[in-house]
Amino acid sequence: MNVTAGLDKNKLDELKKYMELRKKEEYKESYLIDILHKAQGIFGYLNPQVMDEISAAMNIPTAHIWGVATFYHYFKLKPCGKYIISVCLGTACYVKGAEDVLATVKKELGIELGQTTQDMLFTLQETRCLGACGLAPVMMINDKIYGELTRQKVTEIIKDLRQRG
Amino acid sequence: MNGEVRKIKIIINNKPYEVDAGQTIMQAADKLGFHIPRLCYHPKLSIEGACRVCIVQVEGMRNYVASCAYPVSDGMKIFTNTEEIRRARRDIVELILDNHPQDCHTCERDGICELQRLAYAMGIRHRHFEGERKRYPKDLSSFSVVRNPEKCILCGRCVRICSEIQKVNALGQAHRGFQTVVMPAYNMPFSESVCSCCGQCINVCPTAAFVEKNSTQELFAKLSDPSLIKVAQIAPSVRAAIGEAFGLPPGRAMEKECAAALRKLGFDYVFDTPFSADLTIMEEASELLERLKGHGKLPMITSCSSAWMKCMEQFYPDMIENISTCKSPMSMQSALVKTYFAEKIKADPKKILSVAVMCCTAKKYEAARPELCTDGVPDTDIVVTTREFAWMVKSAGIDFLHIPGEEFDHPMGRSSGAGVIFGATGGVMEAAIRTAYELYTGETLMDIDIMPVRGITGIKEGAVKMGDVEVRVAVAHGLGNAMKLLDIAKKDPNRYHFIEIMGCPGGCIGGGGQPYADSNSIPLDEDCLRARAKALYGIDKDKTIRRSNENPDIQRLYKEFLGKPLGEKSHKLLHTHYAPKSPRGIIAENMKVR
Repeated sequence: MNVTAGLDKNKLDELKKYMELRKKEEYKESYLIDILHKAQGIFGYLNPQVMDEISAAMNIPTAHIWGVATFYHYFKLKPCGKYIISVCLGTACYVKGAEDVLATVKKELGIELGQTTQDMLFTLQETRCLGACGLAPVMMINDKIYGELTRQKVTEIIKDLRQRG
Repeated sequence: MNGEVRKIKIIINNKPYEVDAGQTIMQAADKLGFHIPRLCYHPKLSIEGACRVCIVQVEGMRNYVASCAYPVSDGMKIFTNTEEIRRARRDIVELILDNHPQDCHTCERDGICELQRLAYAMGIRHRHFEGERKRYPKDLSSFSVVRNPEKCILCGRCVRICSEIQKVNALGQAHRGFQTVVMPAYNMPFSESVCSCCGQCINVCPTAAFVEKNSTQELFAKLSDPSLIKVAQIAPSVRAAIGEAFGLPPGRAMEKECAAALRKLGFDYVFDTPFSADLTIMEEASELLERLKGHGKLPMITSCSSAWMKCMEQFYPDMIENISTCKSPMSMQSALVKTYFAEKIKADPKKILSVAVMCCTAKKYEAARPELCTDGVPDTDIVVTTREFAWMVKSAGIDFLHIPGEEFDHPMGRSSGAGVIFGATGGVMEAAIRTAYELYTGETLMDIDIMPVRGITGIKEGAVKMGDVEVRVAVAHGLGNAMKLLDIAKKDPNRYHFIEIMGCPGGCIGGGGQPYADSNSIPLDEDCLRARAKALYGIDKDKTIRRSNENPDIQRLYKEFLGKPLGEKSHKLLHTHYAPKSPRGIIAENMKVR
């Protein structure tokens, strides 16, 4: 069984190169989280084929890798949209109407938390405090923070991103 | 101070004691006769400290201390049984119970469950907590092991034995907090994972989160079918352990009781697997001599352990040619039951029900291997473990401990002592040497007890002078030790001629299908394994025939039916082949550089 079938060769080579470097380090197993980050950066999410490759290269059992990948919220096990919307549900944002923000995003995108739109443009998730309480309620889209949100603002932001595609 | 252990003073429950430094509170307390309740702790596995059942109070410490993980220190004042700590422990166990099905009366482990025992010992008489309970489907995909996450209390023993002792790493803990589940990678079905089917997870599980795929109902149904000829065989190790399921201490040899009980259950013919162990030796010793002459790869590796065979195919695909082509004794016996024996009693093989009572869960997997089927029908129809057999005996109301003993049936019931010691690690090697020596030199080996291969050391080495050649041998038991030994053999291909490997710690006597440890013993306990092994070596010693080649029924089998070892008929019925396997998580090309 050729388990690497279906993985982009260039992307896989990039990951393998990275793992080659890490393999030389002392306590190479402790670089697992680092490698999973790298893999998610390259492939967008962690699928079993990628984890099989990591297991083989680093000599770490897949059952263990799976344990780590499922333990951390950050690691995605399914393909994500181009824009990952993280609505902050921390205390400050919550008090300032995060629930409303979340409801608006859900309505605009037609998806629930943890889901991705069919056009693979948006993934919706919740998050705890982003450290931007002064701007509450906030959400983060990929690496950018959007603050002082209202229903209207949310609608406009999403509309704008949709147009950009 | 070299080698000398420092003594320190501790106070337990207001009484002063002097103990060795460098041990945990639990270890010190155990030796002093204070049994602190425990759950996730296992003496053969790493410290997990997950369940918190073993907490004690230590003066000056703000929080309760997990005694399994905390070392004793000089002047330490420990309290193991105050009202406060008893309450705290009881709450912890109650919280575990709250997230547990609590369907004891319909559970396979009713009466021999560590959680149940703990709840009783804690004095839990009613429930204080009612909360959300996790619900998951069972994984029934494996031929051998059933995983039921609903009963799992997350002690992690299965994960630890699979990674630390067996080194198969089929299991891990996935997700977090309340959602944590023990599962194979990617939550894939067990059958598709690297699981070797060894069943050691079952042996260490405190509840019924892991149990064998139960065949008892199917067997009871078949036993009441009058159109079938019911034929049983029973593995050597079953007789050395089954008494434990009836409250006896380990080490009582009970083959006669087993034979009688099998007949009472409804079997028409009761055969003994050690007969086929003798046959295995005839074939395997002959094969070894052929390989020593240059026909075939060395070192030759034994093929009796089904869990090990699956591991070889997965982890050492490049060494498959080193595996002996001999089937396991169980499969040899089954093949003969439906040919040799069927001819003898002039019966249609399709009408024969061939049942194996085994100490092993992996044998269920082996029985289902397509290579071991004739015309799509498995040679072995049903495999039940020692545990399942013991349950059937109890369920049928058979008074096992007081049953008059009976003998096995002919023509596949008589065995040499060599066939019986197969059940202990090193036994196959010893049996093979006894016969190979004679086949090679034409002389009888006088010093028949081959001590270097006995005992429960993880990896054993030895050398036997056979005429002009010195045969170098090695023995490993437990899959972790096995992999270690194979890595040595791989690096130094000329180091050994013959390697015996058994997948379970202690060999088959420590198999994944053996009785659960009762309240006074622990699985993998070396004293228990030694006692079981002693029972088998005792049978060997008492036999007049101790070499497989001297078994008159084996000689008759070759004369009347098979011809000669490695002959045409032997090849068809007694030998098989193995092929590389790549379950999820293994990339074959990478295994070669492992």
